[in-house]
Amino acid sequence: MTNRLYEKAYEAANACVQCGYCLPACPTYASMGKESASPRGRIHLVKMAAEGKIDVLRDLRPPIDLCLGCRACEAVCPLNVRYGKILEAAREEIVVQQSARPAPGDRLTRMLLKNVFPHPGRLRRLGDLGRFLQVSGLLRLVRFPGANRLLPERLTYFAKALPAIPPAGERLRFGHVYPAKGKRKARVALFAGCVMDAVMFRIHRATVSLLTAVGAEVAVPAGQCCCGALHLHQGMTDEARKLARRNIEAFERCEADWIAGNAGGCGAAIKEYGRLFADDPEWTARARRLAGKLKDISEILLELGPLPFVNGPETVVTYQDSCHLLNVQRVGRAPRVLLEQVPGVRLAEMEGADRCCGSGGIYNLLHFSESMAILDEKMERVRETGAEVVISGNPGCILQLQIGIERAGASRRMRSVHLAEFLAERCGL
Amino acid sequence: MGMEKQAVWLKDLFDIFPKERVLTDLADRHAYSFDASMGEYLPVAVVQPQSKEQIQRLVRLANSHRIPLYPRGSASSLSGGPLPVYGGVVVDMSAYPKRLTIDTENMLAIATPSVITAELHRKAEEAGLFYPPDPSSSSVSTLGGNLMENAGGPKGLKYGTTKDYVIGLEVVTPTGEIIRTGGKTVKNVTGYDLTRLLVGSEGTLGIVTEAILRLIPKPRARRTVMAAFPRFEDSGYALTRILGAQILPSAMEVMDEYCIRAVEEYEPSGLPLDAEAILIIEVDGHPAAVEEEAAQCEAICREHGAALVRAAATAEEQAQIWKARRLISPAIARLGPTKISEDATVPRGRIPDMMKRLRQIREKYRLNLVVFGHAGDGNLHPNILTDRRNAEEMARVEKAIGEIFAAAIELGGTLSGEHGIGLMKKPFMEMELGKEGVDMMRKIKEAWDPNNIMNPGKIFPDRNEADR
Ligand SMILES: Cc1cc2nc3c(=O)[nH]c(=O)nc-3n(C[C@H](O)[C@H](O)[C@H](O)COP(=O)(O)OP(=O)(O)OC[C@H]3O[C@@H](n4cnc5c(N)ncnc54)[C@H](O)[C@@H]3O)c2cc1C
Repeated sequence: MTNRLYEKAYEAANACVQCGYCLPACPTYASMGKESASPRGRIHLVKMAAEGKIDVLRDLRPPIDLCLGCRACEAVCPLNVRYGKILEAAREEIVVQQSARPAPGDRLTRMLLKNVFPHPGRLRRLGDLGRFLQVSGLLRLVRFPGANRLLPERLTYFAKALPAIPPAGERLRFGHVYPAKGKRKARVALFAGCVMDAVMFRIHRATVSLLTAVGAEVAVPAGQCCCGALHLHQGMTDEARKLARRNIEAFERCEADWIAGNAGGCGAAIKEYGRLFADDPEWTARARRLAGKLKDISEILLELGPLPFVNGPETVVTYQDSCHLLNVQRVGRAPRVLLEQVPGVRLAEMEGADRCCGSGGIYNLLHFSESMAILDEKMERVRETGAEVVISGNPGCILQLQIGIERAGASRRMRSVHLAEFLAERCGL
Repeated sequence: MGMEKQAVWLKDLFDIFPKERVLTDLADRHAYSFDASMGEYLPVAVVQPQSKEQIQRLVRLANSHRIPLYPRGSASSLSGGPLPVYGGVVVDMSAYPKRLTIDTENMLAIATPSVITAELHRKAEEAGLFYPPDPSSSSVSTLGGNLMENAGGPKGLKYGTTKDYVIGLEVVTPTGEIIRTGGKTVKNVTGYDLTRLLVGSEGTLGIVTEAILRLIPKPRARRTVMAAFPRFEDSGYALTRILGAQILPSAMEVMDEYCIRAVEEYEPSGLPLDAEAILIIEVDGHPAAVEEEAAQCEAICREHGAALVRAAATAEEQAQIWKARRLISPAIARLGPTKISEDATVPRGRIPDMMKRLRQIREKYRLNLVVFGHAGDGNLHPNILTDRRNAEEMARVEKAIGEIFAAAIELGGTLSGEHGIGLMKKPFMEMELGKEGVDMMRKIKEAWDPNNIMNPGKIFPDRNEADR
C-alpha cells in the first residue's frame, strides 16, 4: 500500500536536504507557526509515510490537507525539489486509502468534481441558477443581519463576493471564431475552463476583446472542458487524466499558434499535463506539445500589443500574484508591465504580493478559518498600498480578495478584478 | 524512560503551556525530528514557549523529572545541533515572540532569539548600519541558532563571526535561573566572560531569550572580482599575495574544479571548464579605496596565472558573479540525493595542502567529493554527495569523513569552522583537544547542568559513551 507512495514520491522527497530555505516562503508555516505546516515538514512526513513510520490517513492527511498548494516553496528551493509532484502523490494516496471509508464532505466534493465539473453544459445551468438567485434578490437575503445565523459563515461570504453573473447570452460560443481587428497577427485558442465559463464569463468577454484588439483571431474550441486541476488537487488523478485527454484532443483540432489562458491555476495545470501520462510516451508527447503552446493572456498582450488605451481617471491599483501563474507558469512581470502602461494608473506594489492569498483552489471552502487567517493578513498589506483596485490573474484569487474586502468592510472604496477586465475597461472595450 | 513516567510529566507540560503550544501528535513530533544534517530522532513532545517564565518552569520540570530538553531554532544546523537524540522535549524557539530594536545611538540591536538573521540585516541596513555575520542560511536561520553555533560566513575574514558581535545575553540556565551576561557596552571586564562561553555552546548551557548585538557603520562601496585559475596552487598564491599587499577583502570564496563543472553543466554561464579553481573576491569600504583595491586584486590574479578575470562594479554585475557561488548547491545536488557538508578549517597557508589531501581522499574512497568555501579564512566546505540508501557507499563516506578531520587537525586546523560539533563530529573531539581539553569542557557542562538535561548527547561523548 505504502509502496505505492514510495514509488511515486520517495525519490522526489528524498532530494530534500531539509535546509529550510522554503520556510520563509510558506504561507501556512507563517500563519500556523509549526513545522508540520511547512514544506520541509510536509515533505518529511510524506517520506515517513512512504517508509511506513506514520499512517497515511491519521497522520499524513491533516498536514497535507492544510497545504494551499501554492508552490511558492518550489520557486525558492535551492535544490529544485518537486514539491508539486510530492503533494499530488500524497493526495492521491490519501484518496485511494480514504475511498474505503469516505467522509460525507469528501463524498459531496467528489460527486461534484466527477459529475458536474467535467460537463460545461451542467455547469452553465448552475451558473444560470446563480444568476436567477442574484437577480431575483434571493441571494441578497444573505446580506440581512440574521442570515449569518442560518447559513454557514463561509457561504454568506462567498455569496456576497460573487460578482454579478451576466445573462446567459453573453457567454462565449464553443466552436466560434472571433476575428482579429485590423491585420491578423496570430491565431489564438481560448481556454474557457469551468467556473470561468459558467459564472465569470465577463472575464472571457474582456479577454476576447483585448486579444482581438491587438490583432489576434480568437477561437473557442468545442469539446474542451475543465482543466482537471481541482481533481488533481483532490487526488482524483484518473478523472484529471480523462479531462486532460479531452482538452488535448480539442485543442489539437483547433491548430492555433498559442493557447490563451486567463486563469493562473488552469494554465499551470495544462503546463503540467505531461506529468499525468508518465507511462504513456505518446500522450506525454501530445501533452507537452500542448503545454508548449500555452501562454497567459498577459504574455500574449505584451507580445502583440500595445493595447489601445483611452484616458481614464487617476487610479491606484495593486497586483496580487496568482500562485500558480507565478510559481508554476513563472509569469510575474508581464501583468505588471501592462498595468504600468495604463494612462492614469499607478501600480503600488504590496509587500508580499507573491504570497498566497489563501484561496488555494477550494481550500477556502474546505478550510475556512485557516484560509481567512491568511487572507486577513493579506488585506492588511493591501490596505497599506492605498489601492482602490486589487488586480489578479486567477478567478479563485479574485473571489478570495473580494471576500477579504467584504471582511474588511471596504467594499465601498475597493474592488477586486481580473487583469483582463481592468485592461478592457481602460481600453474602453 | 518508562511509559508510565513519561505520562506523568507529559501532563505537567499542560500546566505550563496552553494546549495549542504543546504538540504531541505523531505527525508534529516527526516534523521536529530532523535538522539539515542526516540524523532523525523522535521527541516525546514539542513545546513553543512564549515567555522566559514559561521556559524557567519548563527547565525546573525537566530537572525534577530528568527530561532532556532540545532547544531548536529553524533547524538549519548541519551538525545535528537541535536533534532530540534522547527523545524528551523539543523547545521550538523559532515560535518565540519576535522583538527587534535597533539602537542607532549606541549602534546596537536588541533581539529575541527567534528573529531571522536576514531580518536583522534588513533592519540594520535601514538604519545605515551593518551586522556582518552572514551565514548563507541567513534567510532562514534564527539569531538564537546563529549565537549557539557561532555562525560565520564569507565575511568572516574581514569582520569575524557571530561571537565578535554579541555583547550581552539573557539566558535561562539549565538549572532554571534567569541570568544576564555582558551588557550594552563593547568594553566589559566584570568577571568571567560568560557571553563568550555561551556563544557557540550549541544549546548545551541554556536557552537564550535575548541578545544584545553590536552593529557597525555600513560600508559605502563594494567591488567584486572573479578569477579562474588553471592550476589550483596558483589560486592559493594569489590569495596570499593579495593579503600580503595589505588588502583585507570582505570575502574570498573558492570553488574547485568539480564545483565549476557542476555549475556550468547546471546553468551554462561561461565558466572555464578547464579551470581547477575559481576565486571570488569582494572588497568593501570607501569608494576610492575599493576601486584601487579591486584593480590591485585583478592584477595580482593575472600575474599568478588566472586565465580569466572578471570585475564587477554595479550591483547587477556583482550578482552575476555571486550567482556562480549560489548555484553550487543545486548544481552539486544532482550528483546524489544525500549531501554531507563538512567545514573542516585549516590555517590559510595550508589550503593547498588540504586541497591535495581532499583530492586523495576523493580518489581513495571513490566519492563525489567537491570543495568550495571561504578561502580567505581557511574555512573549506568539503561536501560529499551520496545516497543514504546505499549502505556500501555510506561506509566509505564514513571513513572518508574521519580522514578529512584527521587531515585538518594534522595541518594545524580544526574539525569545524562554523557548523558546530553537534552529533557526528563528537567522536573526534579528543583528536583535536586531547583528553584533558575535552574533560575541562565537560566539567564546565557538569557545573552548569548537573542533571544533564540541556541538549544532552551533543558536543562530547557522554561519560559512559567515552569509555568505548
Ligand atoms: C544551506 C545551508 C547553508 C549554511 N551556511 C552556513 C554558513 O554559511 N555559515 C554558518 O555558520 N552556518 C551555515 N549553516 C548552518 C546553520 O544555518 C547555522 O548553524 C545556523 O546558525 C543555525 O540556525 P538555526 O536557527 O537553524 O538553529 P538550529 O539549527 O535550530 O539550532 C542550532 C543550535 O542552536 C541551538 N539553539 C537554537 N536556538 C536556541 C536558543 N534560543 N537557545 C539555546 N539554544 C538554541 C540548538 O539547540 C542547536 O544546538 C548553513 C546551513 C544550511 C542548511
